[in-house]
Amino acid sequence: MNDMRYIERATDMNETKITARDVHVFYGDSEAIKGVDVDIQARAVTAFIGPSGCGKSTFLRTINRMNDTIPSCRVTGGITLDGEDIYDKRVDVVQLRQKIGMVFQKPNPFPKSIYDNIAYGPRIHGLTKNKAEMDEIIEKSLRRAAIWDEVKDRLQAPGTGLSGGQQQRLCIARAIATSPEVLLMDEPCSALDPIATAQVEELIDELRQEYTVVIVTHSMQQAARVSQKTAFFHLGHLVEYGDTSDIFTNPKDQRTESYISGKIG
Amino acid sequence: MTDTSANGQNNAAPKKNSLFVQDARLKRRKSAEKRFQWYGIGAISIGCIFLVVLLTNILMNGSSAFRQTFIDLPITLNAEEIEAAEASMLKTGAYKNIIYAALEEQVASKGVETEMSGKDLGKIMSDSAPGELRGFVLANPDAIGTTVDFSFFASSRVDGYFKGRVERADLVNDKNLDAAHLDIIDQLKDAGIVGLHFNAEFIFGADASDNRPEQAGMGLSILGSFYMMIVVLLLALPIGVGAAIYLEEFAPQSKFTDVIEVNISNLAAVPSIVFGILGLAIFIQTMHFTKSAPLVGGLVLTLMTLPTIIISTRAALKAVPPSIREAALGLGASRMQAVFDHVLPLAMPGILTGTIIGLAQALGETAPLLLIGMVGFLATNTPESFIAGFDTPNSAMPAQIYQWASRADPAFYERAWGGIIILLFFLLAMNIIAVILRRKFERRW
Repeated sequence: MNDMRYIERATDMNETKITARDVHVFYGDSEAIKGVDVDIQARAVTAFIGPSGCGKSTFLRTINRMNDTIPSCRVTGGITLDGEDIYDKRVDVVQLRQKIGMVFQKPNPFPKSIYDNIAYGPRIHGLTKNKAEMDEIIEKSLRRAAIWDEVKDRLQAPGTGLSGGQQQRLCIARAIATSPEVLLMDEPCSALDPIATAQVEELIDELRQEYTVVIVTHSMQQAARVSQKTAFFHLGHLVEYGDTSDIFTNPKDQRTESYISGKIG
Repeated sequence: MTDTSANGQNNAAPKKNSLFVQDARLKRRKSAEKRFQWYGIGAISIGCIFLVVLLTNILMNGSSAFRQTFIDLPITLNAEEIEAAEASMLKTGAYKNIIYAALEEQVASKGVETEMSGKDLGKIMSDSAPGELRGFVLANPDAIGTTVDFSFFASSRVDGYFKGRVERADLVNDKNLDAAHLDIIDQLKDAGIVGLHFNAEFIFGADASDNRPEQAGMGLSILGSFYMMIVVLLLALPIGVGAAIYLEEFAPQSKFTDVIEVNISNLAAVPSIVFGILGLAIFIQTMHFTKSAPLVGGLVLTLMTLPTIIISTRAALKAVPPSIREAALGLGASRMQAVFDHVLPLAMPGILTGTIIGLAQALGETAPLLLIGMVGFLATNTPESFIAGFDTPNSAMPAQIYQWASRADPAFYERAWGGIIILLFFLLAMNIIAVILRRKFERRW
């Protein structure tokens, strides 16, 4: 693993954005997450790694309550955002998801123009008063997602006509257009080629200046490249959580070591 | 790869075989494929043959209904005669005499020699002529005193003679017309005052009684069908799409929704006549809606069309990739926003196709209409206004066709086929609209 480029670890380790305490997730009778405690740090990239079916995506989706859409899914335990329980009865998921944006595994732009893709979020949340403000948000989001130069001349072209990597960056732009505080990314690069992956990874690294980013990834190299914190999931348990450099160079748990050295997974 | 042993024979010894030689197994597979292709081509050919036979049959039998034999007759509208006719008890009877006189004059002026006169000669004319004449006089009082060129329907027997349906030999036992009449007709035809012309009345006119098949038209039953389609569209589309959206996107999975789902599928298979008797019992006998009105017909057809629309809408909603819903929800859209802003537009082509198929099905439905009294002979009164049309007893295209097909005079048989052409025209138009809409709304993702 000599090719890994460990990025700056100099983050102030004191501010916690999201906490999870004894979180269990059930699909019907089967338990997908078996008691997870984790503190996710603000303005840092946290990577969830682990073999397929270990529950990392499930856990990610409990953070913005996307699991609510699955009827058989049940969540117990407590998850807080800035100290507020997101599963509290008073919480409206719409408001929660405006604060916690999500980027999915497969790029899923709406079959509309690039402009409308970005504009949809601000529009439903009423973030703009006029077209000029909307144009500003759109330019800002596209610039931040590092795709502005590629699409600025064809904002009215369909978003589905872009290449895979561009589509994914468009989806990231769409997610940050609503000014979220947290960005959840569910294997955002798994459908992309290496060049597009590199672009998206670079983007993720920049995003941590302003956002708290949680990324689920299959690629340990990716986790090592982009994240400051890494959590290793195995069979529904959070096995180990800590600084990315520690996890990869000095894992404490036997299972983590087996996984990162390629013995299980 | 010089080793060519990878031939599915794992345990057999590696055997050299050429790419140019096909083994028996491959040959069997190839021939099975060929056979299946021929089955498919055969099935399609048989379907096409049936379709061609059906369409030629319809066109051959029905196209003649669009042309009708007319007799040109100039009539001098004498003020005294008309006054006398209007004063008499049997007004059209009096007008009949005016027509007979004009006909005698016309026949004589063309140099046709005949011993027939008056009523006997008048048998070549349609019974509809006096009414038509009176209608003209009432509508154009200024024309009284002038000579007007009329073009009246010939009687259905004369029309049949022109279309080859009636032969002289057939008329021996026919008290409506004699061979002698046909001799006159032949001479009048040579004189150019009797002939086949396009008959717009067939498309726009109303139904006529049993003894005036030449006057009967589809117009009012087309109108009746049109009114029913409006009712069906206004009720079935919002209710059906609403129900489908709720069931597909919002309804919690429970025993109750399962029962509803099964019942909707069952409803789609219920024979239409059951809906007819339901409509009779509920809308007419219990709720006392006007009998035979397109409103009731539309309600019954709505019940019938609903399952089709619900099922096709649900299929269309299901076909929208879940990633679109997730994208919208992930952005903080509410469920309703996700459905109405993203899922529904993508499902639109499917919904429209299903709706139009449902409408086309409703357009061709006969049985339930007969049960609520929308029979053909009711299609004789033009509604007074657009709104009144919903509540004016009327018929519908298929019911009108059924009615004509069951009447005795063969002249009606021809009109039944002609009616089918009109019905098929509308169905075709609706299907074309469906295709156009689907193309227009179709988007890729």
